[in-house]
Amino acid sequence: MQQPSPVEIEKSVATNKNRDKLFAVLGLVATFAGMLTLAALLVDLAVDGLARLQPHFFLSYPSRFAGQAGILSSWVGTILVMSVTAVAAIPVGVGAGIYLEEYARKNWFTAMIEINIANLAGVPSIVYGLMALGLFVYQFGFGQSVLSAGLTLALLILPIVIVATRESIRAVPGSMREAAYALGATKWQTTSDHVLPYSMGGILTGVIIGLSRAIGETAPLITIGALTFIAFLPDAPIKAEFPFISFDWIWSPYSVMPIQMFNWVSRPQAEFHLNAAATGLVLMVMTLAMNAFAIYFRYRFRKRIKW
Amino acid sequence: MSVQEVQESTGSSRPSMRAMDTSLIQTKTSEPANNIFTVDNVDFFYGDKRALKSIDLEIAEKKATAFIGPSGCGKTTLLRCLNRMNDLVLNTKVTGEIRLNGKNIYDSSMDVINLRRRVGMIFQKWNPFPKSIYENIIYGLRIVGINNRAYLDEVVEKSLRRAALWEEVKDSLHKSAADLSGGQQQRLCIARALAVEPEVLLMDEPCSALDPISTAKIEELIHELKDTFTIVIVTHNMQQAARVSDYTAFFYLGELIEFGDTGKLFTAPEKRQTEDYITGRFG
Repeated sequence: MQQPSPVEIEKSVATNKNRDKLFAVLGLVATFAGMLTLAALLVDLAVDGLARLQPHFFLSYPSRFAGQAGILSSWVGTILVMSVTAVAAIPVGVGAGIYLEEYARKNWFTAMIEINIANLAGVPSIVYGLMALGLFVYQFGFGQSVLSAGLTLALLILPIVIVATRESIRAVPGSMREAAYALGATKWQTTSDHVLPYSMGGILTGVIIGLSRAIGETAPLITIGALTFIAFLPDAPIKAEFPFISFDWIWSPYSVMPIQMFNWVSRPQAEFHLNAAATGLVLMVMTLAMNAFAIYFRYRFRKRIKW
Repeated sequence: MSVQEVQESTGSSRPSMRAMDTSLIQTKTSEPANNIFTVDNVDFFYGDKRALKSIDLEIAEKKATAFIGPSGCGKTTLLRCLNRMNDLVLNTKVTGEIRLNGKNIYDSSMDVINLRRRVGMIFQKWNPFPKSIYENIIYGLRIVGINNRAYLDEVVEKSLRRAALWEEVKDSLHKSAADLSGGQQQRLCIARALAVEPEVLLMDEPCSALDPISTAKIEELIHELKDTFTIVIVTHNMQQAARVSDYTAFFYLGELIEFGDTGKLFTAPEKRQTEDYITGRFG
């Protein structure tokens, strides 16, 4: 083959450069597609719902009259359900992640568990709802309670927490483990003194991503019987008399914000749609706040740890 | 009265038992008192790959022994067998015996945690924890429940002095270990290993990523430390082996080719392969 002339090579280089520029433009468009959609969504919700975001909106129960209706029972419900979810999903998910990464032997059985956990993350959320209806609501007799809802959402986000835990544990250099083992540390000492603290930022991020997925879930909670109209709050967790703390609220019926939203959207009156938009706005702000929190914590933990 | 004599007098031993017991007695008597480690017919496998082939070796107490040889010769593998760090590597197998003061460390009665406190290790790439200098040094004590502040302070100073680092860091004990230079971090790791008062210090190419000045400091340190500790050092650098060690073992392709007095091995090697390697003809 004849060697290409310098002119030909120059031409080829020019073409390559143009392709480079083309991709930069395409990439920018792709990035902005996502950003603009989010911005449009926020603006749309804000235009419809912002006017509704008055104090009484947060302090009122749902009502037949759109103007008087509020989200008190659903934001309280959301916070209570998320608390149960967090309390159930964090220890179980982080524990399973640690076990799989640090303790379990690598064989076909653990490989199978791994694949199945990845698959679980892809199971449609309504399927979790159906399972929870059979298991928590009827079999365990938890009924249509905050507890059932919290546990259902915990199961839903468990794969996310497990995968995030494993990823961040894996990012801890093996040399840290070796250093600890060489000083006579046990596996648990190595894990709790080094592996966990150094991977805390990543684990926390995973947990928050999981929780912000759970906060917007509607389908599984409808399946297990969340209420759409509820005019009372669950029993207060803190009491004036001994022992000052009460867990009766976990048995209480509940509503959550996405369900309140769903209910209002399906009303024919346009007035209620504004309420739905306002609720959506609150939900989005909560989710974004959680994500901001996650980013902040990851930054703080990374800054503190210098290898 | 030896085991064999007892068995003969009671008449209860079977021939196979007798053969086994005799070999046990022989190895015990052939082991001079000043050998801390005895490596006895050790084979090591990564999966099916045989990385060490029938290694027999003795490591003298309070001396420095160097393992040299080209990459992949098994020197680091053997070093990591001495404190069972290879247990952490999946799919590996050891056969034969490694005795520490006469007790097989691969015996099921051997407590690995305890073993690693007696046999400390320094790694090729320094690995201080992302904590303060102070916290790094006391970690080995903290994990066994020692919390007495005055005692810990004492250990920190003693360990840092032994590692020739005290003067450089005495005013910044509570600063992050990551702020130290590479050579200082490696000496910090040495101090951290010394804080638990091990009997043996294993060093896996401790200077291979250091500049010449830091290397010289660590070599000097090895000279001082071997009065108190037994040192086993793996090195790629033959001058280093010649400078710091009393005994040298040359490995090639998983076999121990030659082992003996460092001066003799470097000036009058018995084996052709050793000579070729130390004169730089291969490796």
